Amino acid sequence: MSNDFYTLNVNGEDHQVADSWAGESLLWVLRERLGFPGAKNACEEGECGSCSVRIGEEVVCSCLVLAGSATEQEITTIEGLSAEGELSDVQQAFIDAGAVQCGFCTPGLLVTIDDLLEKNENPDDLTVREAISGNLCRCTGYGRILEAVQIAAASRRGEKRE
Amino acid sequence: MPAALILMPVTVARSLDHALAALEECPEAIILAGGTDVMVQVNRGSMPVDQVVAIGRIPELQGWSREGDWLHLGAGVTYSEMMGEEISSMVPALAQASRTVGSPQIRNAGTIGGNLGTSSPAGDTLPTLFALEAVLTIRSSTGVRKLPINQFIVGVKQNALQPGELIEKISVPVLEGPQEFCKIGPRNAMVISVASFTLLTDVKESQVRSCLGTVGPVPIRPTEAENLLSNGVNWEKNKVSSEVLEAFASLCADAAQPIDDHRGSAAYRRHAIKILSRRAACRIFSEDNS
Ligand SMILES: Cc1cc2nc3c(=O)[nH]c(=O)nc-3n(C[C@H](O)[C@H](O)[C@H](O)COP(=O)(O)OP(=O)(O)OC[C@H]3O[C@@H](n4cnc5c(N)ncnc54)[C@H](O)[C@@H]3O)c2cc1C
Ligand code: FES
Ligand code: FES
Repeated sequence: MSNDFYTLNVNGEDHQVADSWAGESLLWVLRERLGFPGAKNACEEGECGSCSVRIGEEVVCSCLVLAGSATEQEITTIEGLSAEGELSDVQQAFIDAGAVQCGFCTPGLLVTIDDLLEKNENPDDLTVREAISGNLCRCTGYGRILEAVQIAAASRRGEKRE
Repeated sequence: MPAALILMPVTVARSLDHALAALEECPEAIILAGGTDVMVQVNRGSMPVDQVVAIGRIPELQGWSREGDWLHLGAGVTYSEMMGEEISSMVPALAQASRTVGSPQIRNAGTIGGNLGTSSPAGDTLPTLFALEAVLTIRSSTGVRKLPINQFIVGVKQNALQPGELIEKISVPVLEGPQEFCKIGPRNAMVISVASFTLLTDVKESQVRSCLGTVGPVPIRPTEAENLLSNGVNWEKNKVSSEVLEAFASLCADAAQPIDDHRGSAAYRRHAIKILSRRAACRIFSEDNS
């Protein structure tokens, strides 16, 4: 039982987690042990979505994932959505639409929206609202976030910006 | 073989046998499925974590199968999967209920087995499973037993699961006819139900089945109301009179055993059941007094 460690695959690379407590959440391990501070911690009870990450093909709240149970799965965090120093299409759209205020909700929203657009390049407003219903934003009132999604969707469909 | 198992604090089970062996070794281990109930408590510090058996990747608990008029759902089936076309065509009310759960993130992780494991009066799959008289297959390293859902859930967050056991699958009949699940809460997403209601039809038998959620320690079948509606519907024309609808809604409200709590008062909950039951019936049958 001693020298326990387990391996998490984050953004395509294996990371060893050693000497951890069994009850640590994936969010905590990502932020505090592995140096991925992108996913944010606001509630630790699944209500806010600021900790959203993708595991395999699905977006989940990393605060509700037991880290030690997430071995041998592909974990994608906000850090993995674009190459170092570059902006993804969704990130750029957030800037263009002015969809970032305090920014605390932004990483979770970006992960959720990236996943939505991967599955549906032309989502209508209701689909977007339902997709982001688990990501709370206290600042923007969502209008500009909805706009950003449509900008990113259009650019993914290869449409030119007016 | 089980005796030789050396348990890590977190056992990621590869098979049903692997999980059952780990549970035999450590019957008090926390069974972890999607984690959406367990981790909330762990994060709050209200659930000590010593040994965990993670069952999220056991092939035998995934997916569903159809056997004649019965649908077998693996305990690991998620809400997102229940919303998919296949399951929603067989048990539409379960798919509707799934869509009201939490948020997409919660629905991707949370499972039907976890909803049963938690046995909360507000569990959104429970009313439909009670109305369908679902049968649970429960397994341990020493054997298997089947339990009807009303013998499994016995009180507020209390169920008949013994240490060393886990829920393998949930079996429900596939009925012919429309179904409706309705739920009331303060907003559309991320709400724990204040009152919920399911109404299922069995057109072959000219019968309805229904159940009230969140208005009692366990889901409640309003049998008098069910009988009244089954007998009052014109099944050939799919019609029902306003009088029968009113009587049905009143009997449903009478059957509720609600409490006052931070989510709503008992009186509000009883009123909500009256509204929901009439609404569900109106969505299924056309109101016609001719
Ligand atoms: C933000 C948020 C919103 C939510 N909204 C809703 C909602 O709208 N409606 C609703 O009904 N619920 C809701 N829930 C509660 C929760 O998502 C559900 O109860 C879910 O079904 C739990 O499933 P899980 O797989 O995550 O279970 P876990 O958390 O992994 O486990 C829950 C319990 O069941 C036991 N268990 C799990 N699987 C098995 C098995 N196969 N055999 C035996 N025991 C088992 C566990 O040991 C534990 O006691 C919400 C939770 C959160 C965090
Ligand atoms: S921190 Fe995970 S949902 Fe809020
Ligand atoms: S920008 Fe502040 S919470 Fe969304």
